[in-house]
Amino acid sequence: MTSIAPTPVPRGLKPLLAVRDLRKSFGNREILKGISFDLMAGQTLVLIGPSGSGKTTVLRCLNHLETPDGGTIELLGEPIGGAYMGEGAKWRALPEADMARQRRKFGFVFQRFNLFPHLTALENVAIGPAKVLGLSRKEAEARAAVQLTRVSLADHMDKRPSQLSGGQQQRVAIARALAMEPRLILFDEPTSALDPELVHEVLDVMAELAREGMTMVVVTHEMSFARRVADHLIFMADGEIVEEGLPEAVFSAPREEKTQRFLAHVLNR
Amino acid sequence: MSIDWSVVQMAIPLLAEGTVMTLKIAAIAGILGLAGGVALGLISLGGLAPARWMVRAYVDFIRGTPLLIQIFIVFFGLPAMGLRLGEFWAGVIALSLNCAGYVAEVVRGTVGAVEKGQTEAAKSIGMTHGKILVYVLLPQSIRPMMPALTNDVITLLKNTSLLSVISVYELTRSGQAIIASHFAPVEIFTLLAIYYYAIISVLSWISRVIERRLPAW
Repeated sequence: MTSIAPTPVPRGLKPLLAVRDLRKSFGNREILKGISFDLMAGQTLVLIGPSGSGKTTVLRCLNHLETPDGGTIELLGEPIGGAYMGEGAKWRALPEADMARQRRKFGFVFQRFNLFPHLTALENVAIGPAKVLGLSRKEAEARAAVQLTRVSLADHMDKRPSQLSGGQQQRVAIARALAMEPRLILFDEPTSALDPELVHEVLDVMAELAREGMTMVVVTHEMSFARRVADHLIFMADGEIVEEGLPEAVFSAPREEKTQRFLAHVLNR
Repeated sequence: MSIDWSVVQMAIPLLAEGTVMTLKIAAIAGILGLAGGVALGLISLGGLAPARWMVRAYVDFIRGTPLLIQIFIVFFGLPAMGLRLGEFWAGVIALSLNCAGYVAEVVRGTVGAVEKGQTEAAKSIGMTHGKILVYVLLPQSIRPMMPALTNDVITLLKNTSLLSVISVYELTRSGQAIIASHFAPVEIFTLLAIYYYAIISVLSWISRVIERRLPAW
């Protein structure tokens, strides 16, 4: 397995997100074997790879929904989840309140939406600004309305998730993430649970966000989206980065055999 | 077997007095038990480790010992600690403590059964444990909790009959008094069963009405 150095960062420009040697095991199974990459503000990074390659785990480690076993994550130079402290450089996890404060800088969009079923679309989006950021109910709902309009759901604000289609639910989930004004948004296979005819409405919103300069990390099986929207593409297999680069380069001239096999498989379906 | 209808006729209004007492005990112990049980349940979901451990031990004790023994412990224990509250309050306290243990388990179980994605979504917008509980998990748990809580209240109501052993003049005790003077145990115990059954039927009906009115989504 060739290990590829992270993309060189232009002089003087600091990455928004710097990930170094990220490791994670579940029991005896090593899911992430040392993942490193940088992400510049405004860029869209797309992770592709076969199921079980660890893409989703990378995403869930970034905002500490899973606690990594090793490695570092820095957002604008601030270590996420804790820090190595003292002489032996022992890992100290952050207290819960500080962890929560860091976590809200990452938006997260789940494969299965995970909307709050007891709240309307508007309340789903407003609850974060109201209960976490401390906005008044009126301010929070105004902010929520702006974000729901942005994802073309202005007419559905008073519906509960169960009254919305999958595509609409996922757009509410995107609005919920946006309303927290995150530094970047993590998308975990956001269209995998959708009926095929609803996929495009979610991808369109994501492409629009990318165009507007939102920083995003996207795990997806939508290859045409990856090709069209990604600024940087990472192909993962067996918990490692196998190949990375501009999407055009990886798609048209993959260097590694694993990448070639994977792409041949998913593109010739 | 012949039924002594005159005793039955005489007992019906007499037992009504005991019924009022039974309802009073069940209402007070029910409110205390539910409030205490919800509080204990919340501690076991979000409290500090030592507090969680103590709730665990408490629930284990309540579930692992007979209620009759718990009643005696409270009845004789309170005066031993210098608290002379009388048999009514000793009984109410014993039933409340017992009910709270079971309610705590219902709360912990139901809230714990809310899908994991809900907690993750709440975390992802920066909520801390307490806020997740209050704004996300509890509102979704109230309706699914209703059937189990109804069961606990019904059990509590039936358990009030055990207070007859510490001379609380509730429904069963008032029946026993009639039996002592008229010796018609079959008539009176059958009558008691009918009284309890009627009360519990009303309770179940109220619970179903409440459950239907709770918001669904």
